Amino acid sequence: MAIILKVQNLHKAFGGLRAVVDVSFQLEAGQLMAMIGPNGAGKSTCFNLINGQLNPDQGSIFIMGQKVNGEKPRDVWKLGVGRTFQITSTFPSMTVLENVQMSLLSHNRRTKSLLTNVSRLYVAEAMALIDLVGIADQAHRSCGVLAYGDLKRVELAVALANQPKLLLMDEPTAGMGPAERQGLMKLTESIVHTREMGVLFTEHDMKVVFDYANRVIVLNRGKMIAAGPPDEVQKNNEVKKIYLGTASS
Amino acid sequence: MPKLEKGILLGFYFVQFLTGLSDASALFLVACGLSLIFGVLRIVNLAHGSFYMVGAYLAYYLIANFPQGAFFFWAGILLAALTVGTIGIVIETLLLRRLYYAPELFILFATFGIVLIFQDLSRWFFGAEDILGQQAPGLAGSIDIMGVLLPQYDVVLIVIAPLILVGLWFFLYRTRWGILVRAATEDREMSDALGVNQSRLFTGVFFLGSCLAGLGGAIQLPKGGANLLMDLNIIAAAFVVVVVGGMGSIPGAYLAAVIIGELSAFGVLIFPQSTLVLMFLLMAVVLVMRPHGLLGNAEPEVQGAAKMSTATLKPASKKLKLLGLALLILLFMMPVFVGSFGLVLMTEIALFALASMSLYFIMGPGGMVSFGHAAFFGGGAYAAALTVHYMQTPMELAILLAPLLVGLVALIIGWFCVRLSGVYLAMLTLACAQICWSIVFQWGKFTGGDDGILGIWPSAWASDKTVFYYLTLILCIGGIMALRHFIFAPFGYTLRACRDSSLRVDSIGINRHRHQWFAFTLAGTFAGFAGGIYVFSKGNVFPDVMAIPRSFDFLFMILLGGIETLFGPIAGSAAFTWLHDQIARIDYWQLILGCIFILLVIAFPDGIAGSIHTRLGRYFED
Ligand SMILES: Nc1ncnc2c1ncn2[C@@H]1O[C@H](COP(=O)(O)OP(=O)(O)OP(=O)(O)O)[C@@H](O)[C@H]1O
Ligand SMILES: [Mg+2]
Repeated sequence: MAIILKVQNLHKAFGGLRAVVDVSFQLEAGQLMAMIGPNGAGKSTCFNLINGQLNPDQGSIFIMGQKVNGEKPRDVWKLGVGRTFQITSTFPSMTVLENVQMSLLSHNRRTKSLLTNVSRLYVAEAMALIDLVGIADQAHRSCGVLAYGDLKRVELAVALANQPKLLLMDEPTAGMGPAERQGLMKLTESIVHTREMGVLFTEHDMKVVFDYANRVIVLNRGKMIAAGPPDEVQKNNEVKKIYLGTASS
Repeated sequence: MPKLEKGILLGFYFVQFLTGLSDASALFLVACGLSLIFGVLRIVNLAHGSFYMVGAYLAYYLIANFPQGAFFFWAGILLAALTVGTIGIVIETLLLRRLYYAPELFILFATFGIVLIFQDLSRWFFGAEDILGQQAPGLAGSIDIMGVLLPQYDVVLIVIAPLILVGLWFFLYRTRWGILVRAATEDREMSDALGVNQSRLFTGVFFLGSCLAGLGGAIQLPKGGANLLMDLNIIAAAFVVVVVGGMGSIPGAYLAAVIIGELSAFGVLIFPQSTLVLMFLLMAVVLVMRPHGLLGNAEPEVQGAAKMSTATLKPASKKLKLLGLALLILLFMMPVFVGSFGLVLMTEIALFALASMSLYFIMGPGGMVSFGHAAFFGGGAYAAALTVHYMQTPMELAILLAPLLVGLVALIIGWFCVRLSGVYLAMLTLACAQICWSIVFQWGKFTGGDDGILGIWPSAWASDKTVFYYLTLILCIGGIMALRHFIFAPFGYTLRACRDSSLRVDSIGINRHRHQWFAFTLAGTFAGFAGGIYVFSKGNVFPDVMAIPRSFDFLFMILLGGIETLFGPIAGSAAFTWLHDQIARIDYWQLILGCIFILLVIAFPDGIAGSIHTRLGRYFED
C-alpha cells in the first residue's frame, strides 16, 4: 500500500509547554487511523503541524513522499490534504452550497475569475458532495445558522472537494447523537475505500474509535504512549491506566 | 551639502542626530497617548491629532496672555496640556461612553466628527494664519557642538521624551492605577471581574492620553508653531509610529518615533523633496520583517470593523430590479427636469457613487475598512490633471490613464495594507493616504501645491454640461455594474471567504493576501477612474480631493446608504452630496458636518442603514 503520511520524531513546544514530543507514525492509503488521548494531549497540535498551520520545532513530515515542513497550509492543501477543524470553520455569510463551491473554485483555480458568475459554477459537483455527506436538504441555508453537527458535515464536503489523498478530521462527530455518529463514520469508511485515501481522525467516543479505526495512536501530554491495531491498544496497560480508565469510569 | 572640514562634518551629523531626537519627542507623546487609550478603551481616537493641535494653540494663547518669564511660559504649557486633558474628559463622558458597545466603525466616526469640529473651532478662535510659537525664556539661544549650532530648546525636547517614558513606566508598573491600566489592556473581562471601576478607569486613561497629546502640541510650539494642518499630519505620523513600534507598546512608540525623527532629519540631506517617502519605506521594511511592529506582540483579535456582514449574497429581487430600472430612466431624463446647476450636482453624485462603490467593494465583501480611499480618487484627479497639464493629453486618454496610474499606486499601498487587518489596516490606509496627500501638497513645483492645477477642461464635444453629464452617467453606471458583477463572480466570493474565515480559506488553498491585494488594487483603480472624470467636471484640482476628510466623506456615504446592500453606496452618495451642497455655503460647515456625524452615530448606534434596512427591507422582497 502507498504510504500517504509519514511523521518522524515530531516536536512542538509552546513556550515551556511541550505539546508534542517525539511523535512518529505512518499512514497508508485505505487506512482509517484514530489519534486519541485526553484533553490537551496534543492531538489538534499534531493536526496543525501536519497541515502546515504550525511549524514543527523538530522532526519531519512527508505527505506522499514529499517533505512538507514549513509549507503553508494552502500549499499542503494543494498536495491533496483536506482538513476539518475541531471548532468548525466555515464561511458564515455563505450557504452550504456556496461553501462547497468555494472549495471547488479553489481546486479548479478559478478564484481570481472576475467575469463568470458563481451561481453557475460547479453547482452539480457541489450538490453531489453535499448529497454524499447527507445534508442535501440544507444546501441553500446559510452556514451562519446551521446546527453544529451539520456544520461538521459541511466541513467534510469542503474537505472532499479537492479529491484529497489525506483527510484530517479533528473530532468529526462532535455535536452529533450516537446514531448520527455511526452514520458519519460509516460514510467516512466507505469514502476511504472508494477513493483510496488515508484518514487521520481524533475522537473522544471510544466506541466509534474501536468500531471504525484500523489503527490507533494514543497520545498523552504530547508523548505517544501506544500505537497499533485497536484490540492491541485496548489491552495496553498504560493506555488503560491513563486513558481508558478515566473514560470507562 | 557645503564642503566642510572633517571635524565640523562630524559635528554636523551629530547635531542632525540630535535634531532628529528632538523631533521625535512630540510625536512620541502623541503616539503613546494614542496607544494607552487604544489599549484600555479599545478606541482608535482620531481626534488625538486635534488634541495635539489644540494643545499648541492653547499654549500659544496662554503664554501670550500671561506675564513674561520662564515660570509663566512653563505654566502656560502645563496648563494647556491639562486643559486638553479636561476636554478629553468631557468628550469621553458625554460622547464616547455612549458608544462603547456600538460597532467600531461608528466610534471612529464619532471621533472623526470631533476632528471636524475642532478644525472649525480652532479656525474660529485662533484664525487661519499659521502661528509662530513664542521662544522659551532663557532658552532662545543655541549651543555650539563641535562648531555647529543646536538650538537650546532642542535639548529640552530631547530630554522630555525619555523623562515621560520613564514616568509612564513608573506609573504603569509601580502604582495601583497603573496596574489596573495594564490589567485592562491585557484582558478586559478579567479586569471587569477584579471589580475595577471601569468607567473611572476609562475616563482616567482618556484624560492621561489627552494630556499627553496636548503636552506634545504645547512643547513643540517654540519649534514648530501652530497651524490648522497639524491635526491630521500628526495623527498620520502617530499611526505610522504605532504600526512601526507595535500597537500597545510604549517603548516601541518611543523607538519608532526616534527612528522616524532620525529618518526625517537625515532624509532631508538625501531626499530634500520628500522625507515622507522614507517613512513609507520604513513601514515597508518593518511590516515585512515584523508584521506586528518592532516591539509589538501578535495582533490581538480586533474584529469589529471587519465583522460587519453575515448576510448571504442574494441577487436583486424582481422588485428591486424594476426600481433600479425606473431610477435609471429617471437619471437619463434628468436634463429635462433640472438646470445646469442641478446637472453639475448630479454629475458629482454619479462620480461619488462610483468612488464609494469601489470603497464598498473592499469594505463590504472584503472586510477591509480603508480610511484613505480619497488618495485614489484624488490620485486619479491629479493623474488626469498632470497628464493634461504636462503632456496636453486629450481628455479621452487622460480618463483612461488616470485609473492605470492610480492602480499602480494602489498596488504598492495595497501590498502593505493587506498585511494588517481591522483597525490596524484602517490606520495604515490613513497614514498612506496622508503621505500621498503631503507629497502632492509639498511638491509644489510639480503639482502646483496648494494652488492646485487649473484649466483642465473636457474635449470640445463633451464640454456641454448635458453631454458631460451623460458621459459621466454612462461611465459611472458601467463602473458600478462592473464592481457589482465582480462581487457575484468567483473573485468576489473569494474575497468574502477571506473576510469570513482566514483559517478556512488557508486550508482550502486560497492565498488570502494575494486576493485582498488584488481587490485593494482594483478598488483603487475604480476610484482613480472616478477621480479622472471628476477633474474634468470641475476644471481644476486641489490637494483637498485626496485629503483625509474626503476619505471620510466616502465612508460616510457608505454608512449612510448601508453596508448590507449593494444599492447603499449609491443612495448614500446622493444623500451626502446633497447634504454637503446644502451646508457647504455656510461658513464653518465642517463644524456642522462634524455635529451631524456625531448625532447620527448616537441616534443610530446599530448602524444607520441597519435601521432603515430592517424597516423597509421587507417591501422589496419577492
Ligand atoms: N497556539 C497555542 N499556544 C499555546 N499553547 C497551545 C496552543 N495550541 C495548543 N496549546 C496547548 O498545547 C496543549 C495541546 O493542545 P491540543 O489542542 O493539541 O490538545 P488536544 O489533544 O487537541 O485536546 P482536546 O481533546 O481538548 O482537543 C494544550 O495544553 C494547549 O493548551
Ligand atoms: Mg483538539
